[in-house]
Amino acid sequence: MSATALRTRSLTRFTRSTTLPRRQFKQIVCQQCRQRQWQSSLAQRPGSDRVHFPGALNSKFTTKLAFDRPHEKSAMPTYRFLDQDGNVVDQSATALDITDEEAVKLYSDMVVVSIMDIIMFDAQRQGKISFYVVNAGEEGIGVGSASALSPRDPIFAQYREAGVLKYRGFEPADFLAQLFSTKNDPGKGRNMPVHYGSQQHYIHTISSPLATQIPQASGAAYAVKMQNMQNPNGEQRVVVCYFGEGAASEGDFHAGLNIAATKQCPILFICRNNGYSISTPTLEQYRGDGIASRGIGYGIDTIRVDGNDMLAVREVVKQAREVALSDGGRPVLIEAMSYRVSHHSTSDDSFAYRAKVEVEDWKRRDNPITRFRKWMEGKGIWDDEKEKELRSSARKSVLEAYRQAEKDKHPPLREMLTDVYETMTEEQLEQLAELREIVKRYPAEYDVSRYEGGLAGLEVR
Amino acid sequence: MHRIARTPGRPCGARFFKTQRPYATHPATARLNVPTDFGTTPILHHTSRSALAHRELSDTARNGTASRLNLFQAINSALSSALRADQNVIFFGEDVAFGGVFRCSMNLATDFGSDRVFNMPLTEQGIVGFAIGAAKEGMRPVAEIQFADYVFPAFDQIVNEAAKARYREGTNTRQACGGLVIRMPTGGVGHGALYHSQSPESLFTHVPGMRVVIPRSPLQAKGLLLASIQSNDPVIFMEPKILYRAAVEYVPAESYTLPLSQAEVLKEGKDVTIISYGTLLYACSAAIAAAEKDFGCSVELIDLRTIYPWDRPSVISSVNKTGRCIVVHESMINAGVGAEVAATVQEACFLRLEAPVQRVAGWTTHAGLAYEKFNIPDVTRVYDAVRKAMEY
Repeated sequence: MSATALRTRSLTRFTRSTTLPRRQFKQIVCQQCRQRQWQSSLAQRPGSDRVHFPGALNSKFTTKLAFDRPHEKSAMPTYRFLDQDGNVVDQSATALDITDEEAVKLYSDMVVVSIMDIIMFDAQRQGKISFYVVNAGEEGIGVGSASALSPRDPIFAQYREAGVLKYRGFEPADFLAQLFSTKNDPGKGRNMPVHYGSQQHYIHTISSPLATQIPQASGAAYAVKMQNMQNPNGEQRVVVCYFGEGAASEGDFHAGLNIAATKQCPILFICRNNGYSISTPTLEQYRGDGIASRGIGYGIDTIRVDGNDMLAVREVVKQAREVALSDGGRPVLIEAMSYRVSHHSTSDDSFAYRAKVEVEDWKRRDNPITRFRKWMEGKGIWDDEKEKELRSSARKSVLEAYRQAEKDKHPPLREMLTDVYETMTEEQLEQLAELREIVKRYPAEYDVSRYEGGLAGLEVR
Repeated sequence: MHRIARTPGRPCGARFFKTQRPYATHPATARLNVPTDFGTTPILHHTSRSALAHRELSDTARNGTASRLNLFQAINSALSSALRADQNVIFFGEDVAFGGVFRCSMNLATDFGSDRVFNMPLTEQGIVGFAIGAAKEGMRPVAEIQFADYVFPAFDQIVNEAAKARYREGTNTRQACGGLVIRMPTGGVGHGALYHSQSPESLFTHVPGMRVVIPRSPLQAKGLLLASIQSNDPVIFMEPKILYRAAVEYVPAESYTLPLSQAEVLKEGKDVTIISYGTLLYACSAAIAAAEKDFGCSVELIDLRTIYPWDRPSVISSVNKTGRCIVVHESMINAGVGAEVAATVQEACFLRLEAPVQRVAGWTTHAGLAYEKFNIPDVTRVYDAVRKAMEY
């Protein structure tokens, strides 16, 4: 799109097109992005029954002084497709667009993630890796949502979304390279474990600060919106942003959703509401109707879904993606309800703040993996033998990757200082030389053997 | 953020300059502390020939024309060049669509469309977060923070996210956020008080991964801003707001860049090196003229231009030549840019130093409204520092 083209378009884009019924003011709609703007001259009309203040259009006057009380409203409903026993609840619901093969892939991905979680949680307990975060109870949100996206939709994750990565093509070797900081880690061994990222899979590298990815995802969605406009015949993409209900208390959540709404960005905000942020229960996190109720306030289409029902998540995300691409771009908020079955991380003992029986109940009564397995068994596409085979091969592939990653060296030591800037600064080169001299002078004090190239890894290439 | 209330249609930035400055008068007896005469100062290009002769210009710029612009017009010219040259450049911030409260984005929304130049909701953390995300998906976003004083809500996004993006992405280089520029008006303006005066550059020079750039003049602003937009590292670009209308010089019409991380020797000398940047270079220049006359010394003046990563070799080589060093900046002395420069000079020039390195900077306090003239370093303080250096 040339500057001239843009200029011409910008002058002609906004045309008066609608006078909405029952409203005494006019909206103009951008023909290109379908974004609505209010016509500039707004004035209170004499005798009108509605407010025409610029900040709240079409609000009716009332003489009844009544506060809007959130607790008097019923909670937003939770969409589900399967019940806890894997039966389709509403037989008249739209026929599911899922092949047996795809169902098996989704199930296998969840199982691989859950097995990797068990092995890596123990590996951390044995001191093999420094940190780990498990996905137990939330495998379905990751795998189910990822399966409804285009493989090229950029993803911003929080850290408990291994199912997304697995569905996108991460193999145990990819996970393990990151977890062990090996030379095969695209992050060059710089990030804590579970901070995955992959350009190849359109996944932005995870960072620890909570919610920072939310406004970033809105910006990325704006970029994608412009790319969609520039290539109307190419694949139209959306951005997907995951976060927990605790992260939604950060200021960046507010900023990100408000911007996505005002800039009409094609983005899916997927909140994993699992009941806890480390030790803080939701009652201490918020007093509204979860996260979903906030979407309405920002003017964002919103839905709440049963996160333990992978098919429901998949269907919701699929339709949300269509919504996000309509009208030139619209944000959608999805609140996926679940329960954090696991500890928060390997640095947390969750029985210090919640009853073991509560956790056991969730594990036993409702869980995305068993629910989906029951549905597959009901359809006759899964049985005990296949289950046994899957679990044994998943375990084998994780352990194989584990053994390899344990052997692999870290990246060369110089990578500690590279990529801070596009090229190393004169100051950094001096510091690299200084470090090399120290290590050479005190060889007994430093073990460089675990790094690719050893001492030579401190040489500038 | 609370801001000075604005009359509709009358940007508060413009108002800053239309009012008299009741807190910024000079006594009739002043010989050193007289207002800068921007019409005659030797550090601005007063003819088009002198501007086009600037040695760092590209041939295209040198062979083109130049016209008289003030600093905000030079910024506008740079933004316009960047938007024209690359469709991935987008520009946004609070109130930028109608031209910006300091008029830096005049006509840009009309010329390039509201898809590429647009207003954002009033949220600094959102603006910077949005910019980072757009950069990660291949845009070259220029974000405006209305005053440097209001960049702090975005500190987390800058320090933990923008600065670390390339490093943590590792080999996923396409997802790093190079191309990101965060522009912000900075520095004292005579009556800005606590929240329209700050110079927070040293808070960013402590952050590896960010480049911090502060221009001193219209010609420099255009070249450095275009270089910042082209840079594949995220850049904090701080514009001395007192110069927006005051500093006027000939600026080449063509697009051109000036190198980042390279200082500029504004005036050669052999006895003392003064290192500064932004607005205070004008005070330094005036102080040097008086001091050279009064003390019979010769002073070298260096404009850092890029505050981080800064041009250490140029400064070190200058101080090794002169043996005396003074660092001058508006922001507070404590852990300021002067501390970093002084420590580096002390390490690298120890045997050549004939006097202690001096830091002439804001006192360790806040920008109280009535006290600005006594807080921000002026010609007298720089003059006195030269005297101390020569008499030591």
